[in-house]
Amino acid sequence: MCLGVPGKVVEINGKSATVDFWGVRRQVWLDVVDEPVAVGDYVLNHVGYAIRRIPDSEIGETLALYEELIKASEQDDLMAADVRAEIAATQEREDA
Amino acid sequence: MLEGGSADAVRELKFRDPARARAMVDALTRLTVDIGRAPVSVMHVCGSHEQAIAKFGLRAVFPRALNVIMGPGCPVCITDTPEVDEGVVLARQGVHIATYGDMVRVPGTALSLADAQAEGAKIHVIYSAAQAVDLARSIRDDVVFFATGFETTAVATAAIVLNGVPDNFSILSAHKYIPPVMEIVAEMPQTRVEGFLAAGHAATITGWGVFEPFVARHKLPVVVAGFEPLDILAGLVKLLELIRDHTPQVSNMFPRCVTREGNLRAQDQLWKVFRPTGGRWRGIAHVPNGNLRLRDEFAHLDARRRFTIDLTSLWDYAPPLLAQSCICGDIMAGISSPSDCTLFGQECSPEKPVGACMVSSEGACRIWHQYGGHPDLRGVA
Repeated sequence: MCLGVPGKVVEINGKSATVDFWGVRRQVWLDVVDEPVAVGDYVLNHVGYAIRRIPDSEIGETLALYEELIKASEQDDLMAADVRAEIAATQEREDA
Repeated sequence: MLEGGSADAVRELKFRDPARARAMVDALTRLTVDIGRAPVSVMHVCGSHEQAIAKFGLRAVFPRALNVIMGPGCPVCITDTPEVDEGVVLARQGVHIATYGDMVRVPGTALSLADAQAEGAKIHVIYSAAQAVDLARSIRDDVVFFATGFETTAVATAAIVLNGVPDNFSILSAHKYIPPVMEIVAEMPQTRVEGFLAAGHAATITGWGVFEPFVARHKLPVVVAGFEPLDILAGLVKLLELIRDHTPQVSNMFPRCVTREGNLRAQDQLWKVFRPTGGRWRGIAHVPNGNLRLRDEFAHLDARRRFTIDLTSLWDYAPPLLAQSCICGDIMAGISSPSDCTLFGQECSPEKPVGACMVSSEGACRIWHQYGGHPDLRGVA
């Protein structure tokens, strides 16, 4: 699972953040990411942890790339399955 | 679709532009002619790279002189049988085992974790280390997190340890560290690898500087590349240029994700919790500093110290007959391809995998089974 998955930070809750993945809101941990993360930022996540804040200039291209990957998901695509597993690695929100 | 102006980039499809792809394939052809040797073998060490190469049929458009090999880049695949056996033995002792999905189906000497589960063992598939901790908090029984994956994934294991875990939680670490295995593969006479394509996202954590000592020792170039078709083609063009010019250096072709120093906060957590130690990788044999073990400060969380893991009960088992024909080890080492295996697509399939390389979505056999590995489409492309 080298891929990770990008999502948009919609709320910061201490050591974790609520992140939107194409309409699905989940919790990711902020222990590992090496830059301050704010609401509205995009982060790249791996096994439930944000590992990188995506610079603003790269958001569009990064999202487009993943949307291409996920579009293939009906065809039992291995990369799309890896991306879905990355989303599954995030936590259900406790208030959800 | 997420907000953020992605629609424009989709329209441009910068990373799927056929004209740019053709130009890069032409460049690869010119470069192999310049180099004047055949084959020129280069290795990548990333399941996602292989997925993209196979899915988009890139080997069909590579020049014949260029041989792009998948090395030990699948964490599930390189987890060797004795480590699976440790998990199986623990599970049969009655502890709960939490592990990443693909590990459940990897064959051990006698049983896989899925086989043990069918016999009544308590096996839990998790997607994140944090979910393993949640499981331990929700029950009183012992929970062992059978932790697999490269340094990128080991970072998450380190983070849960540093956050504190409940008393009934321990870790069976099968985490692996990529840079040391490149040293081994670079020295293998069978493969004669002339350069490496390194995985962009793994280098997000380690930084591309991690490859500099390797390059200095082995005089082989390393190019960090992303996993889209054009990222890979651009990475290969750069790699062949460095080979042609006899310029062993690290080149970062994935600057949108990777810096020289990487994620220092993540590295700090990783090395606080783990230390590198020698260990077996499937097909590669012993890799000095290739395994990640818990440091002494965290010995109380080490399942190998907390439990007696007696593998002698498995000594009476011969590997099943089919498994004796499995060449997963040679495929991991880059010596063989899935199509060299007599079981591939016959006795061995994703539904009934004989070896680890057919289990994981990052395994060469699973990927070639899905997409084909070396399509002959030269006329079409």
